[in-house]
Amino acid sequence: MTVDRISLTDFLAALGTPAARHEPWPRFELSVEGWTGLRDRLAAVPAWSLLGLWGETGMVHLALRDDTDGDIAVASLTCPQQSFPSLSGVRPAAKRLERAIQDLTGLAADGLDDPRPWLDHDRWRLRHPLAAVPGAPLGEPAPYPFLPSDGEGLHQIPVGPVHAGIIEPGHFRFTCQGETVVRLEERLGYVHKGVERLMKGRLPEEAARLAGRLSGDSSVAHTLAFCLAVEAALGVTAPRRAQLVRAVMAELERIANHVNDIGAIANDGGFAFLLAECAVLREQVMRTNERCFGHRFLMDRVVPGGIAVDLKQEGRQALADLLPVFAKRFRKLVSIYDAKSSLLDRTVGTGVVSSDLAHRFGAGGYVGRASSRGLDARRMPGYAPYDELDFQVPVLPEGDVNARVWIRIREVEQSLDLIAQILKRLESGPGRAFLPESHAVSEGMALVEGFRGEILAWVRISDGGRIERAHSRDPSWFQWPLLEAAIEGNIVADFPLCNKSFNCSYSGHDL
Amino acid sequence: MFGIIARNLLKGSRSEAVSEPGDRAVQDLLAKLHAAARRRLGRSLAIRQVDAGSCNACELEIQALSNPLYDLERLGLSFVASPRHADVLLVTGPVTANMREGLLKTWEATPDPKWVVALGQCAIDGHLFADSYAVVGGVSQVLPVDLVIPGCPPRPADILAGLLALIEAEGRPQAGVAASTAGADKG
Ligand code: SF4
Repeated sequence: MTVDRISLTDFLAALGTPAARHEPWPRFELSVEGWTGLRDRLAAVPAWSLLGLWGETGMVHLALRDDTDGDIAVASLTCPQQSFPSLSGVRPAAKRLERAIQDLTGLAADGLDDPRPWLDHDRWRLRHPLAAVPGAPLGEPAPYPFLPSDGEGLHQIPVGPVHAGIIEPGHFRFTCQGETVVRLEERLGYVHKGVERLMKGRLPEEAARLAGRLSGDSSVAHTLAFCLAVEAALGVTAPRRAQLVRAVMAELERIANHVNDIGAIANDGGFAFLLAECAVLREQVMRTNERCFGHRFLMDRVVPGGIAVDLKQEGRQALADLLPVFAKRFRKLVSIYDAKSSLLDRTVGTGVVSSDLAHRFGAGGYVGRASSRGLDARRMPGYAPYDELDFQVPVLPEGDVNARVWIRIREVEQSLDLIAQILKRLESGPGRAFLPESHAVSEGMALVEGFRGEILAWVRISDGGRIERAHSRDPSWFQWPLLEAAIEGNIVADFPLCNKSFNCSYSGHDL
Repeated sequence: MFGIIARNLLKGSRSEAVSEPGDRAVQDLLAKLHAAARRRLGRSLAIRQVDAGSCNACELEIQALSNPLYDLERLGLSFVASPRHADVLLVTGPVTANMREGLLKTWEATPDPKWVVALGQCAIDGHLFADSYAVVGGVSQVLPVDLVIPGCPPRPADILAGLLALIEAEGRPQAGVAASTAGADKG
């Protein structure tokens, strides 16, 4: 094996020592030299994409995947000096993750060129909540220093954190020249709820309820990722029926969100008709969710070991009522979108994300797939039951608002078809496996495709069966930075349209 | 598209036209809310929504009230962009430490008389996040709350019932009155 062809796992295995119980992919503990060696290697191998980077007391973890062969592994570094070499130079998406690690753990990212805090606005009751000994807050919060912008005729427009619409809070700082946006800078963290620390010491069942509220629109996907990580750690697999029903829930969630977004994007393009029609379709999915599982957002229906509510005859009937009507109506709306030249005029060529940027930031979901990055966690690494189902992963090269709309359209079609396939396979059986008692510390990880893209969940469970550390990385981490790039050179008035076409999560990002 | 519009015109309003269990209850609520709004308000009620730290599901249910099946606006209740035009602040989320100031400033910018409605379990008492270092707690930790609408998240029908209770119970809000909550009216 030449050094150029060495796999990610082999490379890390040569650098460090494997952790005792980390499933289903290995984790290696590296020395500082190993970590910097890995950093240099990352500069040379762009296909090793960043899946996650998170900290805990005295330690950082880095999850990577080789996008060419699907090899996944985690590298860890113990930080006795309370610092670790920054990876932001070789993986730009690491920057905000490292700023968050600094805020939460107090570990310093050496070489990080942005010293500003990210999630910590100096309003919390304590500093470094995940450190061994959290500190006291600094005191009077200083104004956040936005990046300076000098130039002839530039002016700034601050927006938020409280926005005009019924949406989540965050701050946008536009620097403009006339109507044209020269730069957008985001400031997030407003809805940080300290979920990771709240999960500490909980039983997996309790922590799963928190995971289901990281981003309410992705409740199924986040809970599923968390539960799969717990199940991996404890060496248990949800029964087949639970896997299938979970997938029904996940696809319903994807459809409800995508159709809502399509309507909202059209509305921001000045076409309210589609908003109204799509909102009705969404509402029908939400009501079907309630009929099937007793909750419109399906919260707390996925639980460690399986499902809490099974699909009964009444639910199957509700789905049978919904699916053909939905599909027919949706087709009609798509043809309207496609024929509306005044709307396409707004969405085509607007808010372009280059393929290069999407790859460099490791962006997933419709943001990545509309810019040629055709990854989908249901495929790679894949998880049950998708390995036995037939579906396409749509990919487009244009990278504009229109492409992000079309990816959603195609995914709705695929999801409708997936639900039909799953229902055909559904046989009676148990909906939940008992979690075995935990006698040793164990770690698990999972990747799940939410409607926005890949969600990474990681847990360490104590020998007493409680959560020691849990981390969830929302897809928005790798999409928010691209929104800044997408709006550059566009006019301010197109920002709502671009923003809606991304629909990044604030709560899922802020944690 | 014109086919759909024509069909909608012929078939009449889409609002709650679908026949599903529970729709009758929603229809009743909408009718009651309409009557109460006319009787008690005499004009429209302007609602400003503030997300003070929610998971976004509460927002999505509030948004759903604008879809053609609920169509809140036709009852004279509208969502406004500026707190300066608002009669009601509809607050969601366990107020995060990072949003406390934003919430307070929005409240200060809202002219008297004004109501504050805490929507969702988080806004009522902080829910699962109550013990966090990053969370202040329910909205009543920061502002006088006039009404709570429980649920995680409350369904659109629950929100309609809550708004109806608000209008029925109070009529126009009083200036400067730090009214206590309407209790756990299951909305
Ligand atoms: S009450 Fe429930 S749905 Fe609403 S913000 Fe809180 S967790 Fe989310």
